[in-house]
Amino acid sequence: MRHRLGFAGKKLLRMVLLLLGVSLAAFLLMSASPLDPLQTNVGQAALGSMSPEQVARLEEYWGVHTPPVQRYLGWLGDFLRGDMGTSLLYRAPVRQVLGERLANSLWLMVFAWIFSGILGLVLGVTAGANRGRLPDRIIRGCCLTISSTPAFWLALLLLVIFAVWLGVLPIGLSIPIGADAASVTLADRLRHAALPALTLSITGMANIALHTREKMADIMTSDYVLFARARGEPKGSIIWRHGLRNVALPALTLQFASISEIFGGSVLVEQVFSYPGLGQAAVTAGLGGDLPLLLGITVISAAIVFGGNLIADLLYGIVDPRIRRGVACT
Amino acid sequence: MKRRRNRRQDTRLLLLFAAGGLFAAALVGLLLSDRAMVTDFSQKNLAPCLRHPFGTDWMGRDMLARTLAGLSLSIRIGALTAAVSAAAALVLGVAAAVLGRWADAVISWCIDLVMGIPHILLVLLISLAFGRGFAGVVAGVALSHWPSLARVIRGEVLQLQQAPYVCSAGRLGVSRLRIARTHLFPHLLPQFLIGLILQFPHAILHEASITFLGFGLPPEQPAIGVILSESMRYLTTGKWWLAVFPGFALVLMVLLFALVGERLRQLLDPASLHE
Repeated sequence: MRHRLGFAGKKLLRMVLLLLGVSLAAFLLMSASPLDPLQTNVGQAALGSMSPEQVARLEEYWGVHTPPVQRYLGWLGDFLRGDMGTSLLYRAPVRQVLGERLANSLWLMVFAWIFSGILGLVLGVTAGANRGRLPDRIIRGCCLTISSTPAFWLALLLLVIFAVWLGVLPIGLSIPIGADAASVTLADRLRHAALPALTLSITGMANIALHTREKMADIMTSDYVLFARARGEPKGSIIWRHGLRNVALPALTLQFASISEIFGGSVLVEQVFSYPGLGQAAVTAGLGGDLPLLLGITVISAAIVFGGNLIADLLYGIVDPRIRRGVACT
Repeated sequence: MKRRRNRRQDTRLLLLFAAGGLFAAALVGLLLSDRAMVTDFSQKNLAPCLRHPFGTDWMGRDMLARTLAGLSLSIRIGALTAAVSAAAALVLGVAAAVLGRWADAVISWCIDLVMGIPHILLVLLISLAFGRGFAGVVAGVALSHWPSLARVIRGEVLQLQQAPYVCSAGRLGVSRLRIARTHLFPHLLPQFLIGLILQFPHAILHEASITFLGFGLPPEQPAIGVILSESMRYLTTGKWWLAVFPGFALVLMVLLFALVGERLRQLLDPASLHE
């Protein structure tokens, strides 16, 4: 147990270092940008009609003349004290903007994450256990096609089919247009989140299914499965007792590695459905040069990804007794 | 009965077909790039018909020409970025395996770092750093795709260095350069080539995505991402052909390359060679 704790502590330290690296890298990339925040947000025409004092005030607001090192250290110091700065576009604390956006996005992503994981595992195991036969061919063909499809195009297709042609689901946003906050019901929110969640689930599912299929097919050609078949064990029982237990480990890795993909997909999907989530905020912040907000989003998303990896690493030991003992030996 | 071709021949045919299709699309798109810009306001918003198989948009531009021009642009950018990132992956992967513990630690840390940021976000950030537009999209896609391949190559080189024939060649006094050329290189080449081909579809998808979000190619270019993001404004009024056909063409092309990569991987991987 103490070894496990030491292992977790080491991983945690590495994660903190990586997060620091992520924030520095993101900051460097953003401050290297040749795009002038004043030009992009205020516009050439408006700038021309302003007095020099106004321009100077705006430049100060967008931090044009502050040296990058000072800016980063200031941001880092505040961040460590729990203050993530103020979003320049939304004119609100970054923490508040992130909180609202994350609340919208999180359950979209969590639903897609769980649904795609389960569906991917089931399809992958089915295909892998029947390698080369009809179910395998169908599943594999579908999954290859989906994984070659850009998430935003799939979102557009679903939008055309369900929102425009059939008219059963809303076109976008997270609540009905013009409704005040009090009158929005849970059913409304669900109806608005249905299409984005479906798109995210489908795109996430393909990758997991393809990789699980590969592992499952490997397991089905192994000696212990051959022996089980020779003993006359029925196929269902082989899959249940030998297949699933051995496929669990790679499936865990895939499931936690897919967090990053789901987040990336949500950026595109939220843009298509105008869903006011974290991904849409990232695009707005990027287009408007809102450094504190984009930095906050990058760090938060990286923290989620690293956290997922950490959990996966810890779960290995619980799932697989070999790894538990292996760690205890070193 | 005719003898069935084996998988190796199948793959060779598919590869030829894919390379031919790619080349043709790139060339036709280049030739059509002028026609893709021609506007004809008497022909605007036409649904697909014989003269305009993919329909026309709100400025009367032929969507077939625009789609082909967009595909050609995607192919060129995809080839460029996939080549750059595969080369970076090769250099970094070999360096991590060969240059000792410190270099390995630093490069592995960098790989973890880059893989920790969600991919789209990273492409977006790099594209911003290069000022968006063509430079932004090329830099963003090229500089964000190397980590997974670099990790594969690093593992491969580390494993090869422990292989008995490499060890005994070293003991027998064969020079390191010669070992690298005769033992390491032939093993690494298939992995590298497959990695390169499999990066191609990824690169194209990310190029289209980042352009779609507005961080990539400028709106006057007939890129697939631009076409699709413009189509968003017209979808609700029932102009489905603006989005469906260009996207479908993109999916077909990406799928073709994913298939070629998959087939090649199966052929070159000894474990699945004789299926």
